[in-house]
Formats: sequence, structure tokens, C-alpha cells
Amino acid sequence: MTSDSHELGFVRKYIFSVDHKMIGIQYGFTSLTFVFTGLILMLLMRWQIANPGEAVPIVGGLLESLMGEPASEGKISADLYNMFGAMHGTIMIFLGIVPLVFGAFGNYLVPLQVGAPDMAFPKLNMYSYWLYLIGGLIMLASFVVPGGPAQAGWTSYPPLTTIIPTDGQTYWILAMVIIITSSLLGSINIIVTVIQLRAPGLTWMRLPFFVWTEFVTAFLLLLAFPPLEAGSILQLMDRLTGSSFFMPHDLVVSGRPLADLSGGGSPLLWQHLFWFLGHPEVYVLILPAMGIVTEVIANNTRKPVWGYRAMVGSVLAIGFLSMVVWAHHMFMTGMGSRISMFFQTTTTIISIPSVIVMTCLLLSLWGGSIRFTVPMLFAIAFLPMFGVGGLTGIPLAFNSSDTALHDSYYIIGHFHYVVAPGTIFAVFAGIYYWFPKATGRHMNTVLGWVHFWGSLVCMNLIFFPMLVQGLAGMGRRMSDGGYNYSAAHPSNEGVIGALSSTVMHLNTVIAWSVLALMLFQLPFLFNFFYSIFAGRRVESDNPWQATTLEWQTPTPPPHGNFAQDVVVYRDPYAYSLAYALQPSTSGATWSGDGDGEAPDFEAQNQPVSGVESTRSE
Amino acid sequence: MNQAHATIRYTTEIREDTGLYNGKLGMWLFLASEVMLFGALFSAYVFLRLSARDGEWPHGLLNIPIGAFNTLVLITSSLTVALSWTSLKMGDFQRYRRFQFVTLGCATAFLGIKSWEYYDKFNHYEVWLEKPVTAKEHPQLAGHSTDPDAPIASIIGHVEGARPFTTLASLEEAGATTVTIHPDKFHYRLSARQQAERRKAERSGEAETARIAAESHEGVSFDVSQIDRLSAFVPRHGTFFANYFTLTGLHALHVIGGILAFAFLLWPGARMWRDDPERYTNRVEVTGLFWHFIDLVWIFLFPILYLL
Repeated sequence: MTSDSHELGFVRKYIFSVDHKMIGIQYGFTSLTFVFTGLILMLLMRWQIANPGEAVPIVGGLLESLMGEPASEGKISADLYNMFGAMHGTIMIFLGIVPLVFGAFGNYLVPLQVGAPDMAFPKLNMYSYWLYLIGGLIMLASFVVPGGPAQAGWTSYPPLTTIIPTDGQTYWILAMVIIITSSLLGSINIIVTVIQLRAPGLTWMRLPFFVWTEFVTAFLLLLAFPPLEAGSILQLMDRLTGSSFFMPHDLVVSGRPLADLSGGGSPLLWQHLFWFLGHPEVYVLILPAMGIVTEVIANNTRKPVWGYRAMVGSVLAIGFLSMVVWAHHMFMTGMGSRISMFFQTTTTIISIPSVIVMTCLLLSLWGGSIRFTVPMLFAIAFLPMFGVGGLTGIPLAFNSSDTALHDSYYIIGHFHYVVAPGTIFAVFAGIYYWFPKATGRHMNTVLGWVHFWGSLVCMNLIFFPMLVQGLAGMGRRMSDGGYNYSAAHPSNEGVIGALSSTVMHLNTVIAWSVLALMLFQLPFLFNFFYSIFAGRRVESDNPWQATTLEWQTPTPPPHGNFAQDVVVYRDPYAYSLAYALQPSTSGATWSGDGDGEAPDFEAQNQPVSGVESTRSE
Repeated sequence: MNQAHATIRYTTEIREDTGLYNGKLGMWLFLASEVMLFGALFSAYVFLRLSARDGEWPHGLLNIPIGAFNTLVLITSSLTVALSWTSLKMGDFQRYRRFQFVTLGCATAFLGIKSWEYYDKFNHYEVWLEKPVTAKEHPQLAGHSTDPDAPIASIIGHVEGARPFTTLASLEEAGATTVTIHPDKFHYRLSARQQAERRKAERSGEAETARIAAESHEGVSFDVSQIDRLSAFVPRHGTFFANYFTLTGLHALHVIGGILAFAFLLWPGARMWRDDPERYTNRVEVTGLFWHFIDLVWIFLFPILYLL
């Protein structure tokens, strides 16, 4: 099996690879690039918000030469701000985080964790990646088309999207259709792999929790994405053939009725199609993150995850319920009270399984001898950060309070707490945790600490002020950061409720924190690339002393993954169980790679009767 | 490449606890997502139809006999796909080939008939007038109404010098000041019974209908300022045709995909029959599943677009 990898040439091995691990790594690099692109857009936007109308320092000239008119004199005009806003959301969600947690981690880990030699359809897997890349490149290309990229937010609400005179929106739709196709193929692959290629003995209740989360995520992508694909097709028809799926009767734009359109469409139709995907998408972003955190926490507390079955049940419940909550994004459309009652009810119900998962993770820490490794720091930080994100969402589940909060910075703070210090922290935990398996080398711990503490502080300095600003009434889409509504603006003298200077000052705090956050990513980037080539080598194939199957392979896993046939004998998190039976062994504490000490864990493929340790490495 | 794949299990043999090989499960999952895709489009259809204004949703613009015939053609192809797969199961490759030729023939015929329908629609126009006229003022419009004094707000027929995607704006840009329309003999807003009566009268050579036919052929001209909007029966015409073309167009793309897959299996992919007949049979089965699904979609499309 291993000999296969040597026969392949460079192109086959690194570019048009059909190996799930290489494809996972390709996904990882591509999506991390997109995440950093999104970060740069955010930095530019925050500069504009903190210093409205002032030219961007250092890169202003470059911006003008790239974007032309909307960036004249290096300033970020309202149009450019809208472009950046739309593209920041689109890139971060569809090209950054989802491919990162699903494409990269899912691809690399699911076949390993279920004991399979590869994905069920390796070539299809390769096509998924290339479709994703093509879609991403089309999305990036829209930056330089005449008229600029999409400007109507990541949600692309018509009729605004249809009447904006830029081809960028058409690029956006095309790219979305391609990306959706890519994730459909990817999700089919993951589901078939989990159902068909589980190793003998790996029953459903022995699956690592990460596999469960990826499995449910794949179903969400499979079933929730097609309606958005349908919506994109309809919007494409509206833009290219002049149909009126989303254009209502008698639409008047800038005082002029739109000629030659039949009307009769409904802007609400798009919102339904979009949010039917949009809400499951939130769980696509968060479920794999929960899975990663669970793996890291189980490994670093050295005990089984508390309430594994409850967690599995919860993740299935989340998957089902996430399909019937979408219209809570649409309370502002003035839906009737009976419909909003339904969606308020389902939305509050879905918080229950989410809380069960979080509670189980929290209780898993209880009584564990916690190893504060870098991945564990990120995983522990995930709990309160996602907690803030989740709890701030509760007022948004109710029509009455949502109406006041929906268009304010409060909601920006809310969902960024879920995705940024939530999902992205889980991603960092995953990268630090599985890096030794993928490369055979450790990442530097001290740089990891700098990265973690800097990111934790900056994330909170960025997003907590947003909650405050939102409660103070600052709108979420203003390119001047609310200056027009502030007490400082000459026309607002004596206006009660104008944004105070304290609230406005938070814009500056956030802008500097964003800059600091980006600087704190430098140690990570350096650490990442340096460690690939010159990090400390791992001493064994299982440096974290983990139980799950991906650690029972050679390092890095060769083509075909496992050196011998895999048979699974036990639950995924059999930590400290042998130790509990034999208190005399010294395996209670963890020291480095644990050479020469009795292990405090039993790998999933370790035979139950195997007292004479048949593990082969 | 095949060597690397060889390590993956259940590509051909069936996994005991699921009763499936990988490809079949993959296809069922793909079809599940297709259900959601077409389900969303059907929902959009229902949504737009329910929110249409009274009298806005057109009826009777599609050719029901042709549509029914096309349904039969597609169902026949599904049958031959099933028969060809059973032939393979029995090891009769020649029989499989013959049935698949019929399948491909039916599929191509379906697309051909659909193209003819499209072409017909592209060359019919509806012209909405700023102010309604009557058949008394314009005798050419007699076919549009049974009552010569009834107001006629829109005219259906052929527009001189217009192409499928012509709009009023593009006509004006081209310098047109008047628009000449050759109205249809039977307006679709007449009830089916009224249309049938007129056809009968026409066949019996009644003088009155002969006059209508002659006059409607003559054409009626309007100044562009009298015209509110004009459109061929294309997506721009209204939400009905927007739905019609989106749904049938997407369906046709699926048919083309199915044809390509079957043709691949029939010619370049047929080598596998010699090397691994079981896997080849599975491929035909899985592609057949896809084909039956396409058939099923059409069985929903035909009534909701043509009949309802």
C-alpha cells in the first residue's frame, strides 16, 4: 500500500491528487488563504468606520490602482465599503470557514477516524476541491470586473442585487452555483464514507464525536444547499433574461418605474430560499467546531467525554431542527404573528440540544487532570466564547426583541462571537492538535501561547464593544460607522438618543484591536510554516497519546492510511480506564510523549483481551 | 490509478449491514439533493402562483397534446433503461445495447420536441397596450374576443421584425415608430369551449370565421406610444414563462447529462464490461436511477405547467 505513494509523480501527488489527506491539505491552504483575505477586507472596513472619509494609510494608493473610482484618493467610498462588506461575508463563510471545517478537517480526518483507506469516491473528492477552487477564483475575479464585485451583502437580497449595474453580482451567483455543487459532491462523499467504509467493529456508538458532527454537517449541506442553488438559478435568470422571479409589480427605483419587466415576483421568495440554506449553514459552521473541540478536550482531560450518547442525540436533533428555524432571520419582513410564533418556538427549542452539547463538554472538564497544551487552550476558550455567542442569540429568537436588535451592531457581535472566537478557535485547536500527525513535527508551544492569548484578548476587544454599540442603537450597515447619527455630527445637536462619543469611540478601539489581532496571527503563520520544515520531530506516531484511529497510523499516514487491517474493539474515548483498574501504575500524569510509562488510554483498535499490548507501531 | 482505488471496499460488492454498494448509496444521496433542488423550484412556482394577481396567471399557452406525447416518449425511455439493465444482469450485452439505442433515441426525440416547443414560444408575442382597444375599432382582433365591444388590453400574435428577446426599448432603439402585430386567430383567454367552437366553425368554412382569419393575417399597427410593453413568450413575459423555462430548461440539462452518461457507458466506458462486468452493470443501474428520477421530475412538471 505504501509503495503507491512513491510511484506517483509530483503533479499526481501534490496537485491532481486523489488522496483524501492531500486534498484535505489543499482545502486547508486554500481556505486559510481566503480567511486571511477576508481578514484584510475587515481591517480596511474597520479603518473606514473608525476614520470615516480619511484615506487609508500605506495601502491607499494600491487600493486606488486596484479598485479604481470607488477608491479614489485612497479613500473607501460608501460603494467600496459595500463591496468589501458583501465580499467579507461571502469569502469568510462560503470560501473560508465552511471549506476549512468541512473540506479540510472533514477530508483529512473522517476516513482516518473511521479506519478507511480513503474516501469512498477519491476522484469525486478531487473534483470537489477543483470546483471549489474555480468557484473561489471566479469570486475573487469579480473584484476587478467593471462596476466592482457584489455590493448587496453576503445575503444578496433582491431587488437590490438585480438592479445594481455591475457584472460582479453575476460572477457572485455563478461562483455560488459552482461552490454549492462542490460542497454537494463533498457531502455525498463524506456520508458514503461514514456509512460504507467504517472499519469492522466500528459501530455507530463507537464513532468519534467529530465523525458524528461531520456526518450531520454533510446532511445539512446535502439538503439545505440545493434551495440556495435554486435561488441562485432564479436570480441568474432575473439578471440575464429579464425575468421577474424576485421583482415585484410596480417597482420604482430612484423615482423611475422599471420598464420592460413583467413584475409579479416576490423579494420574499429569495429570502426564504436563502435562509433555508442560511440557517443550517450556521450549524455547518459550528458543528464540526464542536467535534474538533470534543476530540481535543477528551484527549487533554484524559477521560471519556461526559454524556457521549446525549451529545450524539443532540447533534442529530440540531441537524433536524436547523431545517425549520430559517424564518427567524426574516422577522423584520413583518410576517404574521402565527408564522413568527412557529419560528420563535423552533428557534428556542434548538437552543436546548446546543446547550446539552456545551454542558457535556463543560462537565467533561470536571475532575480531569487537564493538560494545558496549546490546542487545549483554544478548545477551553471555545466554550465561553461560543457560550457568549449562543446566549446573545436568545433575544434574537423572539420577534419583539429581534425587531429592535436586528439591524444593529448587536447582531454583528452575536454571530461573530459564534464564528470568530467560536469556530475559528476550534479550527486553531484542530490545527495545533493534528499538525504532528500530518507533518510528523510539533508546532512551537511558546509561539502558540502568544498566538492564543493575543487572539483571545483581541477577539473580545473587537466583538464585545459591538454588542454595546448595538444596544446603544448603532446601525449595522453604515459606512461612516454611525457618524451621521452621532452627537458629534453638527446636525444632531441636542438630539436625544444620538450616539454618544463613548459609543463612537469604541470604533477606534475596535479598529486598533483588529490590527492587533492580525499582528497576533503572525506568530501563528510563522510557527505553521517554520514547523512544517523545522519543528521538533514527534517521538512516536501517537504523541498526544490519543485513542482514536487516526493516531494508530504511521506518521504522516501513507497513501492507503493504515499499515494493517483495522478492527475496532472499543468506544472512542477510553482514557484512564485501565488506570482506574490498576491504580499502581504511574500512567496518571502526562509527560512529553510518554515513553516508558504505562499508557493511561486504550486505542480503539486495541483488542479488549489484549493485556499483552498487541499494539503495533 | 486503479491500484490505489483497489483498497477501497464495497465499490462492487455489497456491504452486509447496509445492503448497498458505494455508488448506489452515493446516487441515492445525490437524488435526495436533487429532490431539494427541484422541490425548491416547485415551491417557488407555488409561491409565485399563489401571489399572482387575479387573472394574471396565463392558461392554455402550452401545447397539451405535444406535452403528453413527450411524456410518453420519456416514459418509454425509462422502460428501456430498466430492460437494458436486466439484459446486462442476464449477461446479454447485445440486447442491452439495443435497448440503450432506443433510450438514447427517445431522449434525443424528447429534446427535439422540446426545442420545437421552445422555438414556437420564442416567436409568439404578447403586446400590452397603454389603453385597451376593442374588436370593433380593430376588426383584425376579432379572434381575441367574442364580444366586439369588450376591452382588449393585450394582443397575442407575431410582431413584424421582432426577434425572441426583443423588447419595446430595443425596438425604439432600432428606430421603430410603429409596431405591426399579426394577431392570433384564437386568443388564449377564450375558454376552451369557445376556442373549440371557433375551430369547428373554421373547418366548416363559415363565412364569418373566414373573414376573421383573413383580417387577422393582415396585421394591426400601433404607434409605439400606444404600447406599454411587449415580449415574446420568454422568461421576460411573466412569472409563468419564467417558471416554465427555468424548470423545463433545468430538466433538459439533466436529460442532456443523462444522455452523456449513457453514451459514455455505451461506447468508451464499455470496455469495463469485459474487465469487470459486475461493476459495469452497477454503473448502468446507478445511471438508470438518475434517469428514472429525471423521468419522475417530468411527470410532475407536465401537469403543473401544462394542465393546471
